[in-house]
Amino acid sequence: MEFLSFSNPTTLVALPILGCLILLFVPGQRPDLVRWISIIFATVVLGISIYFFIFFDHSEGGKQFVYEYEWLSLAGPWVDSQRAISMSVGIDGIAATMVLLTGIVMFTGTLVSWNINVNNKDFFILYFLLLSGVFGVFIAYDLFFFFFFYELSVLPMYLLIAKWGSSSKFSSFERTKEYSAMKLTLVLVAGSVLIWVAIIAMFVQSGVGSFHIEEIQAVMPDKFSVEFQSSVFLILMIGFGILAGLWPFHTWSPDGHVAAPTAVSMVHAGVLMKLGAFGIIRVGMTLLPEGAQIWMPLLIGLGAVNVIYGALSAMGQTDLKYVIGYSSVSHMGYVLMGLGTLSLMGLNGAVLQMFSHGVMTALFFAVVGMIYERTHTRDSLILTGLAQKMGVVAVLFTIAGLTSLGLPGLSGFAAELLIFIGIFQSYEVWGVILGSLAVIGAAITAVYILRLLSKVFFGSPEDDLSDYSDATLREKFAAGVLVGLILLVGILPFPFVKVIESGVEPILLQIVGAG
Amino acid sequence: MNFHLIYPEFLLTGLAFLVLTLDFFLPEDRKFLLSWVSSLGMALVIVFALLLYQQGDLYQGLLIIDGYAGFFRIFFLAIGIVITLMSRDFVQSNIGNPGEYYAILIFTVLASISLASSGELLTAYVSLEVLSFGLYVLVAYDRYNPGSNEAGVKFILLGAFSSALILYGLSQTYGLIGTTRLDEIAVLLSSVEDISIGMLLGLVLILAGIAFKLAAVPFHMWAPDVYEGAPIPITAWLSVCSKIAIVAFAIRFFTTGIFPVVNDWQPILMVLAVLTMVGGNLLALVQKNMKRLLAYSSIGHAGYLLMGLAALVAVTDEGMFNTDFSHLVSNGLIFHMIAYGVTNFAIFYCLILVYNSTGRDDIQGLAGLSSRQPMVALVMVCSLFSLAGLPVFAGFTSKFYLFNAVASQGYLLMVGVAIVASLISLYYYLTVARYLYIEKVLDESIISVSVGSKCILGVLLIFMVVGGIFPSPLMDLIQTATDSVLKVE
Repeated sequence: MEFLSFSNPTTLVALPILGCLILLFVPGQRPDLVRWISIIFATVVLGISIYFFIFFDHSEGGKQFVYEYEWLSLAGPWVDSQRAISMSVGIDGIAATMVLLTGIVMFTGTLVSWNINVNNKDFFILYFLLLSGVFGVFIAYDLFFFFFFYELSVLPMYLLIAKWGSSSKFSSFERTKEYSAMKLTLVLVAGSVLIWVAIIAMFVQSGVGSFHIEEIQAVMPDKFSVEFQSSVFLILMIGFGILAGLWPFHTWSPDGHVAAPTAVSMVHAGVLMKLGAFGIIRVGMTLLPEGAQIWMPLLIGLGAVNVIYGALSAMGQTDLKYVIGYSSVSHMGYVLMGLGTLSLMGLNGAVLQMFSHGVMTALFFAVVGMIYERTHTRDSLILTGLAQKMGVVAVLFTIAGLTSLGLPGLSGFAAELLIFIGIFQSYEVWGVILGSLAVIGAAITAVYILRLLSKVFFGSPEDDLSDYSDATLREKFAAGVLVGLILLVGILPFPFVKVIESGVEPILLQIVGAG
Repeated sequence: MNFHLIYPEFLLTGLAFLVLTLDFFLPEDRKFLLSWVSSLGMALVIVFALLLYQQGDLYQGLLIIDGYAGFFRIFFLAIGIVITLMSRDFVQSNIGNPGEYYAILIFTVLASISLASSGELLTAYVSLEVLSFGLYVLVAYDRYNPGSNEAGVKFILLGAFSSALILYGLSQTYGLIGTTRLDEIAVLLSSVEDISIGMLLGLVLILAGIAFKLAAVPFHMWAPDVYEGAPIPITAWLSVCSKIAIVAFAIRFFTTGIFPVVNDWQPILMVLAVLTMVGGNLLALVQKNMKRLLAYSSIGHAGYLLMGLAALVAVTDEGMFNTDFSHLVSNGLIFHMIAYGVTNFAIFYCLILVYNSTGRDDIQGLAGLSSRQPMVALVMVCSLFSLAGLPVFAGFTSKFYLFNAVASQGYLLMVGVAIVASLISLYYYLTVARYLYIEKVLDESIISVSVGSKCILGVLLIFMVVGGIFPSPLMDLIQTATDSVLKVE
């Protein structure tokens, strides 16, 4: 069957769905069976995503592993009379990196969710549904399916957060998980409303009667005027920006990530937010290059606000998950700034940062999940001196923290360095100002991360910690995978950069050519 | 005269009388058989309709049996079977008197079919009246329930009012141009430069009547009360069958009758569509009763359909009727109607099953359904997502197709409003989903559901998913159906 052959990217979507279907018929009274089926599927999907990354030929570049299937014919007065929406997939350098990230987060997330006891079957069904949507977005080359999968990855979030999540109590008010789930879903769907409008506008304007990105791209120079490009790009940028945590539309993100169960926070902060940035590249920059040039200064400016604002907000939080939630907002700012440079360095850095931040945040949320499972609190005012009993957890948190503040030798450094160089290169005077803002952001990150480390892990313990146990073997393994990747990217970033560059370069050439 | 063309209709009439007659002879404890007679009978009529399928027109074009009529004939019979099966337990345990119930239901199916095949305004009017009268009776069928009676009275008064509007519009049209046949109307209208005020008044009255029947804002006031009072299967039938039948006629009316004066009626429909989408979805936000909520949600969906109708007739720069673009919209309209119909059936059937064992139809009564009856909760939440337009369900694909088709005619702004309206709708659908899966369970009693009912639910769910991920066979059928309405003259 061609549909399920190994080198067909559709497998990445089909396998999690297959997992859902199988789980649907597993009796809910057998949680262990559910766990084992889930981990088997997650492992196979991880294997396939690694396969795509390794066998992606970066010297050739472009779109590889292509698969097309004519899905639904569209009546209408098109140039060659009968056109169709086609299921058109492929993997380029950017997608290969993102697919690898998704596979890893899916696998570790499944391991971390081992202890979910309430309706774990429903949890894994929704979790796999979410991930098949995420994979779909990365591989889709057709705007209809891009949007289809984009919405699919929003759909399970509400139930996942509202059912398995946790509420947070503050001194003066309580933020319930239902509230956070509703806020997240509505804000994200509001973002996809904008994307939907933009997609339809591009479809109508192009007049080719197809949603295929490459077909629209081919007629784009003639059909899309500069005014059209600039207005539609703004709509798209805000729409995708909402998912990428773009300031001032970021407020769903800390609330949602805090309320979500560990694995969902990992996927959401680690992968889903990247869909926004990915969408700006895949749809915005590819189809609307002149619009991109017009609006990029705004994006880089907002990205800088993201970096500083997110870091300052993180500094003011006491809940560990809120700290990481806001630090995600701050780190996504680097990605947006990298995109805004429109230079090869900056874009490479942005995509590498997407990968690096994905792995790092997944590790962060996994570690906080481990702490919460044992202590039942995430309040950094209460937690002290955990390192005495949880040595491994402390080490893991330290590694994630050091990556976050950009220590050389870890993945965050390589990515951020590329972005900083990109900023300084492409915007002369402003570049110095924006670049310094970005560096200041990294400095603030160091403040709140080191402060947390010294208090929560290495402070003197006040309470009796004897009940707390260290990470289990399963948790160590999940975290070890993530740490390994952080080190790998930190020490050997060039294989990754080469793959990314093969995807970024054609898009960038088109933008420079258009201007 | 070739009566072969309407054999299925004759058979269907015979079936209705057969059910009425059997009702006399069956003892009280055997009357549940009537539902099987009706559904199997309709299944047989489908078989006959497929075997004896011919095209042509009857009575000098009063009835047109073309691909379009044939498509809707099968479609209405099929949903007739579904609604009969859905009503089975409900009628038995809550209403009684199954004989007349099923017979009248079959008459409404018949009326819907002839509405979709009428090529002339009076025939359409008579069909519409048969449909409405059947529904008046069915809405008030729960005799000892004051709510049902109240709903019946409201419905008949306002229904009669809207029928009067249509009839007045019809007579105005006939008085001014001397014909009620759609194709002749088109010829006469295209020969004049500007239409007279009187003709415009006639058109406006007909459109208002249609808007009334579709429950479009501002003619929607009757819908929530009637939906709430009627027996639940009839609410489902009202929200699906009557709407689809009217839109099916409207497509034919607009594309073969009054398309030459499109610029005169299009703005009216656009205003109605925008009001209906936004109004229906906003009003749904504050509802506590599930039937009322679904009433407003179906008003919102009527808005999307009206938007499609408004964009249905595309005129090229040279002033010609552009059938290519109309194809895209009419396909989208029919696809969306079918997706909406299946989804609404599914959600109403879930509600019926809950009502049968708990007697509650408020949203609160659904709390904790996921633990009390997982299958029903699953289907319900899937239909909610489908109504909200989220993938992988039919609602997403059909909405995308329809909105995209409307935008292709150049109404991007209206589509923007529709997309925002559908964002609003997500809130209340999610609220219901919250009750199903998250809200604390107050009453933990298990809701038992028979295997047969589960099968129906499963079939509806499969249709919902297949419509979302593999719609191309359905779309091919729709394409052949609309080909015959939109044929190039």
